[in-house]
Amino acid sequence: MATYYSEEHEWIDVDGDTATLGITKHAAEQLGDVVFVEQQEVGDEFEKDGEIGVIESVKAASELYAPVDGEIIEVNETLADNPGALNEDPEGNAWIYKIKIADASQLEDLMDESGYKAFIG
Amino acid sequence: MTDVKRTPLYDLHVELGGKMVDFAGWEMPVQYPMGIMGEHKQCREKAALFDVSHMGQVILSGEDVGEKLEALCPQAYATLKDGKARYGFFTNAEGGIMDDLIVSNAGDHFFVVVNAALRHQDIPHMQANLDGVEVIEIFDRALVAVQGPSAEDVVGSLCPAARDLKFMETTVAEINGVECRISRLGYTGEDGYEISIPEDKATDITRAFLAHEDCEPAGLGARDSLRLEAGLCLYGNDIDQTTSPIEASLGWAIQKRRKEEGGFPGADRIQRELAEGPARKLVGIKPEGRAPARQGVEIQSAEGTTIGQITSGGFGPTVGGPVAMGYVATGHAQPGETVNLIIRGKPQPAQIVALPFVTQNYKR
Repeated sequence: MATYYSEEHEWIDVDGDTATLGITKHAAEQLGDVVFVEQQEVGDEFEKDGEIGVIESVKAASELYAPVDGEIIEVNETLADNPGALNEDPEGNAWIYKIKIADASQLEDLMDESGYKAFIG
Repeated sequence: MTDVKRTPLYDLHVELGGKMVDFAGWEMPVQYPMGIMGEHKQCREKAALFDVSHMGQVILSGEDVGEKLEALCPQAYATLKDGKARYGFFTNAEGGIMDDLIVSNAGDHFFVVVNAALRHQDIPHMQANLDGVEVIEIFDRALVAVQGPSAEDVVGSLCPAARDLKFMETTVAEINGVECRISRLGYTGEDGYEISIPEDKATDITRAFLAHEDCEPAGLGARDSLRLEAGLCLYGNDIDQTTSPIEASLGWAIQKRRKEEGGFPGADRIQRELAEGPARKLVGIKPEGRAPARQGVEIQSAEGTTIGQITSGGFGPTVGGPVAMGYVATGHAQPGETVNLIIRGKPQPAQIVALPFVTQNYKR
């Protein structure tokens, strides 16, 4: 298992050709209190940099962008009733999707943890 | 960035962990570490303190100030009693709203508070049109709002005279030996005060309020969600130069004599809309789902025709769900009417509801 980070402040935890995806603690702090998450459905396919959801905080709406090409294989449905979990445990229980990665070579464009830490300063 | 201004409380905001943003040319806290949701609830349950020093504080002195203001505003300011404050607005010749404001009769002068972004418009407007009135913009006083059910205790424990004020009353009293103007009003739907404090004492007095166990600082984020739940208009969102007070459901703020007599800018349109009803109306809108509907979202009738637009919208922490306000064609303005909000291209069902979303809690 390896965790990668995107410049859009997502993390992706890769296990073989599947992965779990969510937003980083830093993203959650910047968003403030999350009140609504619009998620796509299992089976939806997406391309890298495509919009795969919207996270609304009390302040504003922010799009969620796909870090790689892939397909949604599981949606964290607990977020519908408890969007605030994204503030409490964004890198744990409040994952957003499980996905199937279409092109593992795209992971090379992402950052590792120390790279991401440097990126957010 | 052009010359962003700071209020006398700037250093305190930073010390308290305020997240500073540019708002109408002022560097203001949008939230503190508690977060918008927490600050909102703090205000509804106990007391929250807001720095509103960016707003324009103006002194009007001279003869018959109230009467002269009636030439610019549809409010009955000639009969505003000493010690009373009244919400109002400047109207333009087309009956639109130039700005909304609070006017207080302070005895030997009138005290006016206008929106931060419109100071540069309102001050010259008054100077040009209030003949024989001296219009003095105050730059050396902070304005602090303490709002919430505990506000009377927070302010009253330092200033007993504050307890005797009723909603929309104003007085001058000492707080820690400093003369302040204290008005019982606000922009949250809760009981509370706005206090005008000399700038060099503002931080000390603010710290004294915050020392009360029920009082926490709150930023512009909570101020917006609080006023939205309370059904209070935000200038630039819900009201502007094109919206009339009648469309904006602000007819309550025009007193009977002024409605009958007219004699203010745009009286033709305003009196006509009073008699015949406006073509569109500002209403409360409650989305049925959880998705917030924000400013600019299109409103469609159940049949799919466009009937209006959201002017303010977001999440209401006290309501526990999304809330919004917007203009709809008058035929669709009845509470209970089902409409669709087009959020990211998809229709989301919502209901027209009576404002406010939460019961106003004023001390009358």
